[in-house]
Amino acid sequence: MLAGLPAAAAGEIPLAERRSGYEFMSRETRAMQDDAVTGPAVLWLLDGEALWGKLGCVSCHGDAKNSMKGVAARYPALVDGKLVNLEQQVRHKAPALAYESRELLALTAHVARQSRGIPIQINEKTKPFIDAGRAFFHRRQGQLNLACAQCHDDNWGKKLAGNTIPQAHPTGYPIYRLEWQTVGSLARRFRNCLTGIRAELYAPGSPEFLELELYLMWRARGMKLESPAVRP
Amino acid sequence: MARVVVNVPAQAKRGEVIEIRTLAGHPMETGFRRTQLGELIPRDIIRSLVCTYNGAEIFRADLHPAMAANPLITFTTVATESGTLEFRWTGDNGYSATQTAAIKVV
Repeated sequence: MLAGLPAAAAGEIPLAERRSGYEFMSRETRAMQDDAVTGPAVLWLLDGEALWGKLGCVSCHGDAKNSMKGVAARYPALVDGKLVNLEQQVRHKAPALAYESRELLALTAHVARQSRGIPIQINEKTKPFIDAGRAFFHRRQGQLNLACAQCHDDNWGKKLAGNTIPQAHPTGYPIYRLEWQTVGSLARRFRNCLTGIRAELYAPGSPEFLELELYLMWRARGMKLESPAVRP
Repeated sequence: MARVVVNVPAQAKRGEVIEIRTLAGHPMETGFRRTQLGELIPRDIIRSLVCTYNGAEIFRADLHPAMAANPLITFTTVATESGTLEFRWTGDNGYSATQTAAIKVV
């Protein structure tokens, strides 16, 4: 009798059954993401391209189209033994750029854009951090006593209020989120979920968020990057 | 940064209906929201978009609170002659942005 049950229940999603958040979106929202000329994220891409020259990134890295191709698909990564995500690496020579600032999001979007369509590939040397992130993902927390996995592993595709629960693959960050009416980072999205389950919030760049980001990227390994994506 | 983007076909046949897409980067603050301290955030929106085709007005839109940030406005017109389309957005707090696009009609 049990043989007929879906194998996905209570456990990690099988690799072949993974779906990007894009596939859960309405036709109209997909059209916004696919619009390369007048999609909303274009405004940030144009700013990011300008900042690439203005902040001097261009003097070391040259044309981002060549030098940044595939880079975003490899982060978070170990840099000098320390785990850093894409935003942190982007601001390595411009620490004045604050997390969630328009400038840092624009520049990160510009860098991530160059990896569109490239499969995510996380270095296996980061395994201790992946394991820490997995533990975070499966840990019940907050006043609602929920773990990330209870929604995003066990109940994806079902409804939470009016919204479809996605599988939580971070394939398109930074994203233009309709709810925010602006571009935001994965850390901002984490804070949304944690607020929803009334759990403790962590700062952008905190070890907890970095490990979770790393685990989610590893979980989405092989999936294609869509940055900057549009999400509802 | 007053970023605006327009998408006009570079070339069209005479008499053809063409689609024009315009995107303006703007927060479209409604004037009804409050800060965490309870202070009203003043309204800051785009009030209007006007498009002229070789000087003649072909499209005008009035924008209001409760319209989404970064409004995308799409409309159509008939390609009559080669020339320039000019787009002008105006709004609160002296907001003003213009953009032009050339079209070749064959």
